[in-house]
Amino acid sequence: MTKLIPLSEAVSQFVHNGDTVYAAGFTHLIPFAAGHEIIRQRRRDLTLARATPDLIYDQMVAAGCARKVIFSYMGNPGVGSLRIVRAELEAGRLEWEEYSHFGMISRLQAGAAGLPFMPMNQTGAVDLERANPLIKRVTDPYSGREVITVPALNPDVAIVHVQRADKDGNAHLWGIVGEQKEVAFASKRVILTAEEIVDEAVIRSDPNRTLIPGFIVCAVCHVPGAAHPSYAQGYYDRDNDFYLKWDKISENAETVKAYLDEWVYGVKDRLEYWQKLGAETHKRLKVKARYSEKINYGSY
Amino acid sequence: MTDLTSAELMIVNAARMLKDGDVVFVGVGQPNLACNLAKRTHAPNLVMIYEAGVIGAEPARLPLSIGDPTLVSGALSVVSMYDIFTNYLQRGNVDVGFLGGAQIDKFGNINATIIGSDYAHPKVRLPGSGGAQEIAAWANRCYIMTPHQKRRFPEKVDFITSAGYLDGKGGREKAGLRGKGPIGVVTDIGFMEPDETGELVLMALHPGKTAEEAVKNTGWALKVAAQLRITEPVTEKELRILREELDPAGIYLKGG
Repeated sequence: MTKLIPLSEAVSQFVHNGDTVYAAGFTHLIPFAAGHEIIRQRRRDLTLARATPDLIYDQMVAAGCARKVIFSYMGNPGVGSLRIVRAELEAGRLEWEEYSHFGMISRLQAGAAGLPFMPMNQTGAVDLERANPLIKRVTDPYSGREVITVPALNPDVAIVHVQRADKDGNAHLWGIVGEQKEVAFASKRVILTAEEIVDEAVIRSDPNRTLIPGFIVCAVCHVPGAAHPSYAQGYYDRDNDFYLKWDKISENAETVKAYLDEWVYGVKDRLEYWQKLGAETHKRLKVKARYSEKINYGSY
Repeated sequence: MTDLTSAELMIVNAARMLKDGDVVFVGVGQPNLACNLAKRTHAPNLVMIYEAGVIGAEPARLPLSIGDPTLVSGALSVVSMYDIFTNYLQRGNVDVGFLGGAQIDKFGNINATIIGSDYAHPKVRLPGSGGAQEIAAWANRCYIMTPHQKRRFPEKVDFITSAGYLDGKGGREKAGLRGKGPIGVVTDIGFMEPDETGELVLMALHPGKTAEEAVKNTGWALKVAAQLRITEPVTEKELRILREELDPAGIYLKGG
């Protein structure tokens, strides 16, 4: 059964005020298009969970979508400070919950596996345990040693961008696959955006590359360029210039408002955004092909 | 080589601490340059692992973020973040980790979380742990790279994001940490190493630097080894690789 619908419809149906949202992707395949659509539809009081909030949550927080953030590294990757989230935390206007990357990913792994919590070995750094009461300890019943635990994270909605999917939501991802699979299985609802919609036969030609099966997906949206200014391995490069530019834009409220007005509220959808980026940017982000060797699954 | 920057001095000295065949958990920026320099000089069999899940990366260009696509193309393997932190790091398959932070204290504990005394109302909110908390605990050995400045080396950090030698009284052993901890701190003045309690002591100076400078720029009463070593001068070859091959735009080579 086809789940192929426009992104605006998917956000309208499956993202509600007050939801816990996890927009997946560690540097790679960050679903900016969905983030912008959530801003345009003016969702409020969201809890935004992501290992690295990245620019996508900086923009959503700036637009007033969030009540709380859950994170493990709150910076502008490779550039410096994530100015808006940081300023909101320092001013006490935004709630937060913090983990290490491993703690965050363990929460998702527990959520995906249907477990109540996940154990981790001790790290000796107990200040975060003191600061975050959800990080606890239990005694290992086998060795008698104490281990650290974090609770399962089961977001209301996962947003995952992939290179290709069929219309049922069976999805191929490659390159850095940080936590997409775990997020998809952990969440109650999954919105998929894809660079390409392909025939089911393409998916079936390489089943080991399918990280997300269609039957856990609510909506599939065909959104080429959805990850810009992050990237899609093999499709387009990371727009590092924009990450540097955001450092300047996010220095003051006026320029942030002007950015959101022009690039989020001022465009109808990702297609218009992508066209607005212009030929020069498209050319700068273009990548030369580098194919893997074919493998033989055998015909049985 | 009067035009040598502080960054170049630290990167070259950090690179020399890597052994051929080491499996190293690489951070973006200066640690990345140190690892790539080592791989192109004395450690061709270095295996570079990135927290984004990339194993055996051979970046063709300078990675500008921890998840740069150049890390993936041509790598040995790409795995999920859960796999990298469990099978690779927690299981004990990582030899070396590189760490940095806003504050590093007398016992090598690192703060990358908050400046101030109240976590809920920080004076300055820093990015937080990322992968550092577990790297510091579980890599077999860790190195810290940071410019030698008093504000970066307080007697005690405001928040322990990742463990050094904790209170200097066997805290690592009590917590059952498998890694040896920060066995070396490279600065732009010299090199500090922990004594038997875990207190960082000045053990070496870069050519032309003095112990007085190091003491003056440290926030605790820095002990100085009786026999200070002098580090080998940076060679033309090392500089050429850094400046011409690895970071021709000088993104991470300028300044501290």
